[in-house]
Amino acid sequence: MRSDARLPLALTLAAAGGLMFLHLPILLIFLYAFTTDERTYQFPPPGYTLQWFGVTWNRADVWPPLWLSLKVAAVATTLALLLGSLAAAALSRASFFGREQISLLIILPIALPGIITGMSLRSAYAVMDIPFSTLTIVLGHATFCIVIVYNNAVARLRRLSGALAEASADLGANAFQTFRFVILPNMGSALLAGGMLAFALSFDEVIVTTFTAGQQSTLPIWMLNELVRPRQRPVTNVVAIVVFATTFVPILLAYHLTRGGDATAGAGK
Amino acid sequence: MSTPAATARAGAALPVLLAPRGAGDRLTALFWRRPGLLAALLVAPPLLWLAVVYLGSLAALLLQSFYSIDEFSGLVQRDFTLKTWAELFSPANLDIILRTVTMAAAVTLGAAVLAFPIAYFAARHARGRWKALFYLGVMLPLWSSYLVKVYAWKLILAREGIVTWAAEGVGASAVLNAVLALPVIGGNSLSTSYLGTWLVFLYVWLPYMILPMQAALERVPASMLEAAADLGASRWQAFRSVILPLALPGVIAGSIFTFSLTLGDYIIPQIVGTSARFIGQAVYQLQGTAGNVPLAAAFAVVPIVIMLVYLRIARRMGAFDAL
Repeated sequence: MRSDARLPLALTLAAAGGLMFLHLPILLIFLYAFTTDERTYQFPPPGYTLQWFGVTWNRADVWPPLWLSLKVAAVATTLALLLGSLAAAALSRASFFGREQISLLIILPIALPGIITGMSLRSAYAVMDIPFSTLTIVLGHATFCIVIVYNNAVARLRRLSGALAEASADLGANAFQTFRFVILPNMGSALLAGGMLAFALSFDEVIVTTFTAGQQSTLPIWMLNELVRPRQRPVTNVVAIVVFATTFVPILLAYHLTRGGDATAGAGK
Repeated sequence: MSTPAATARAGAALPVLLAPRGAGDRLTALFWRRPGLLAALLVAPPLLWLAVVYLGSLAALLLQSFYSIDEFSGLVQRDFTLKTWAELFSPANLDIILRTVTMAAAVTLGAAVLAFPIAYFAARHARGRWKALFYLGVMLPLWSSYLVKVYAWKLILAREGIVTWAAEGVGASAVLNAVLALPVIGGNSLSTSYLGTWLVFLYVWLPYMILPMQAALERVPASMLEAAADLGASRWQAFRSVILPLALPGVIAGSIFTFSLTLGDYIIPQIVGTSARFIGQAVYQLQGTAGNVPLAAAFAVVPIVIMLVYLRIARRMGAFDAL
């Protein structure tokens, strides 16, 4: 589509202002990690120091939540990769009865607010007297991560010409050989991108997790507790930087892996 | 070297169809004859998972809302009753629901206004490198850590924080104080007022509005704008009667996210805002410290019902074509 002839200055300014509104706040997190003031949020910071990185490293209460978050994200991502790509393979192939309903069911866990998924799982555990464990967290995370993998896999399958699979069959390959040597190599980067986005989503998730974790603490839950009852505020900033980086890198990589397609990763969170 | 005649003889000796070379080939033949079988095998695991874990949990949620809590022992009584639902409709709880819906509507309106210039610029003016930059510029905040974003706003809005400092710097402290002195939306500081809660909601959900809006604007054909100009429409008239109606499905699609996400959030009003509760906070406190899982479950059904109504209206206005 051709662009309009003239570009109103007000529009450019509003668009640039909007983008700045989206990005500047995050920079403050970085700034406050170096402040010497540990009680208030005074701006500008009275002084600057690097001590909080060392303090955070030595805080024993930071490490168990970090390991738990990594474990949950790894298991949930693996499950979501398996279930999401199966669903994509089935739904992108033929149209069959109930296809629309199934795709709605896949999207529902992130279309409805997280509190509904969380409270539903909490109710189910209460009804069935299931005690909270790492597994109860993973169940919730895998459920809302399926759609992330599914979206990426479906977008790639749509671009993948059906003629490729037919050519493979004509050359004598059976369904499994076609999958191994034709479909999988073409799907690889889309699945990697979907997996990384799912990992980022799970690693950072807090709303569903607070309902399914019981007394356990993932890194976001630890952060939430620090926000409500802070001690050594800059330590929270250091952890926030770690969380930010852990989600930021996979997202950028996922963008690079799927760039140039009609559906780039991340368009539908 | 084979002559054409030799090739023809060898070809005649080969069967027309290759014999199956093993289980893989036989299954391939079966899938070919019955394509539904393969699709069913593929879809079964994810479908089972979602049906058991997700739909099963939603059923448990409904079931819980028909249990009740014993006032004396504080234990959940597993008998069917409408007592919990009657409790949900007490004036105090209706207040919470009304407050949440009002906030969700205000956030949605704000997001639509703020998102429009960004979406319009990205859809109709940005090219090549700039287009990619705009896309990343919207997508990165969308995906970056939710808690980190909320925390950043706690730093910004704190009484001793950057907003107060900037207002003093440009001599606008009086303006800030006047805004904080406003009834209802004002407060002691931005971080303890509805205005602050609204700002943070707006910030966190804005990308969800931009992306569908941009997609809808990209689909407005340039020929229609040329036609409008040929017929003598001013910029404003073309915007008002061509672009806006065609972009509306995208706006509504975006509003589904901003509305739904605001309805269910309990972290933002807990970190930034007044002590008055939203639906999410009520659910969280009831199932946690109060130990009243049935009432929490009934409360969680409220956003589902509101969103079902909202989605029905949105579908009628064509929002699903823009998703």
